[in-house]
Amino acid sequence: MQIFDIYLLEALINGILLGGVLALLALGLNLIFGVIDVVWICYAELIMIGMYAIYFLFTVYHVPFPLAALIAIAGVGVLGLALHYLVIAPLLNAAPINQLLATGGVLFFLQSAATVAFGIDFRNAGIRLPVLNVAEMYISYARLLAFGAALVAMVVVYLFLTRTYTGTAIRAIAQDRQIMPLMGVDSRRVYLVTSAVGGALAGLAATLLVLQYDVHPFVGLSFGPITFMICVLGGLGNMIGGFVAAFIFAEIISLGGLYSDLEWGYVLAFAFFIIMMFVRPQGLLARRS
Amino acid sequence: MTMRNYFPWAAGAVLVALPLVYHSPYPLHILIQILIWSFAYTSWSVMGRFGLVSLGHGGFMGIGAYVTALLWNHLGLSPWIGIPIALLAAGALALIVGWPCFRFRITGHYFALVTLALSGIVLQVITATRDYTGGSLGYTPERHKAGESALLALQFTDKETWYLIALAVWAGGLYIWRLVDRSMSRYALEAISEDEDAAAAAGVNVTGEKLRITVLSAVMTAFAGALYCQYQMFISPDTVSGISVSLQMVFAVVVGGIYVSLGPTAGAVITLLMAETLRVSFGTKAVGWDNLVYGVLLVLFIIFLPKGILGSLLEARWLRRRPPQAAPAE
Repeated sequence: MQIFDIYLLEALINGILLGGVLALLALGLNLIFGVIDVVWICYAELIMIGMYAIYFLFTVYHVPFPLAALIAIAGVGVLGLALHYLVIAPLLNAAPINQLLATGGVLFFLQSAATVAFGIDFRNAGIRLPVLNVAEMYISYARLLAFGAALVAMVVVYLFLTRTYTGTAIRAIAQDRQIMPLMGVDSRRVYLVTSAVGGALAGLAATLLVLQYDVHPFVGLSFGPITFMICVLGGLGNMIGGFVAAFIFAEIISLGGLYSDLEWGYVLAFAFFIIMMFVRPQGLLARRS
Repeated sequence: MTMRNYFPWAAGAVLVALPLVYHSPYPLHILIQILIWSFAYTSWSVMGRFGLVSLGHGGFMGIGAYVTALLWNHLGLSPWIGIPIALLAAGALALIVGWPCFRFRITGHYFALVTLALSGIVLQVITATRDYTGGSLGYTPERHKAGESALLALQFTDKETWYLIALAVWAGGLYIWRLVDRSMSRYALEAISEDEDAAAAAGVNVTGEKLRITVLSAVMTAFAGALYCQYQMFISPDTVSGISVSLQMVFAVVVGGIYVSLGPTAGAVITLLMAETLRVSFGTKAVGWDNLVYGVLLVLFIIFLPKGILGSLLEARWLRRRPPQAAPAE
């Protein structure tokens, strides 16, 4: 019984740590949806590109890891900017579903571009961080780091949104798309800034994920869907809701994985998602409109 | 006018007669694949054209393929019984997911993402039950007798039979598309896609209409999956299920033309021929290139040609034939 409890506690803690990373993933997507009203289906693929960037910078060009991480964050931020400029901007007035599908095209493009350029091998950056042993529980240091960095990033984004002029403009646009341009806010600039910030968050997620997972062209498919579900569960565009939903999801996956295979943890999480959609279709913390 | 009436029959006769005079297996193989996928894409567009963009059809296709194959291998149930069971399963799943979706007004983005979760679930279940389904390594229905055709097992070794089966199913799919196109439901669903509240106020049973079209589309897609499984004799989660298959369906339909009956077929012809050409001319070096081109084309089409190739061609022809004042007011 004693041993069983330790495993349970370990799964709970790992769930919380996973939740931090998932919350970071959801944050970027929610920011973009909340402001631009577009779902980047290819968000996880941006992360995949970031992971490749770090992998090559670190293992092939021997750039120190922190510097490689910074370059990746900036690079994916630029990628987000380009995505908005090239794909989303021409479609801003099209049907929402067309915007979704166009980013689906980008998903195909990025996935296969990675396949063409890097092949389908699994690559590992080969950074081995120690495993923490606390009271007979094993907690990966990489997860702890990811959790911490995710929390810090979220606080920074929060401060950016509430304490700076640009951040205020972003929140204002999210509240009313029509009025803000009349008040003298350049909505195009706000959209570009948001896309860059969203991309940079994807880059940061890539930095944290590359410490734990192998990178391959289809790695996006393994955490992309879960990110969308977290965002929808929390209410698209609702950042606090996404934050809460990320931890709920992570716990389900972690505890489901404890009692059975990891896949069943995912199945459980997906089923939970569908059921929750029926119970609270507008998200966990829905504001009734 | 008579020319127009006879044309589909003449074209049909040519397609039916083709395998009698032409036996080359490779082009027939390509044609069969085009027909099966055309049917799958048509199934998607039956609901997709009304703004019900589902990213869960990979899931339905996977159910059609895996239920049929599993019943055959584990219980020895002939596909003649297995396929109806698979279709029932897909229809039931569509009901279970669709009813609450429509009842609680989950539309647009939300609907696409809920159905995306559905594809994810089916894919994960197939992978997780790897003791039965072979997981991501794929699954092969057992041969009835090595190298022999068997009507009972729905396994045929000659391509001609498969071509005719696929042709019949494809034509059936187009017929269903046409029935929907001519029905009152079409007007109801178009009204719903414009404005749900207004449609409901005008007396349209919003939930019922959406549910009917969703179940129809899901069952057709599952049938495409079962057919693919019986023809190919090999299925894997990546080829018949999951998000990439769902996106591939959407992509082909958008490229071909979502609002015209032959649009999905045009999409299948374009995408499969492109993939084959790339594969034949570049061999293994081409891995990934077909999807690379798809991705770019999908973005370009949605930005510049949202009605698809066939849709835009037909529209251009239609506009030219009529005096300008008859053109629809945008």
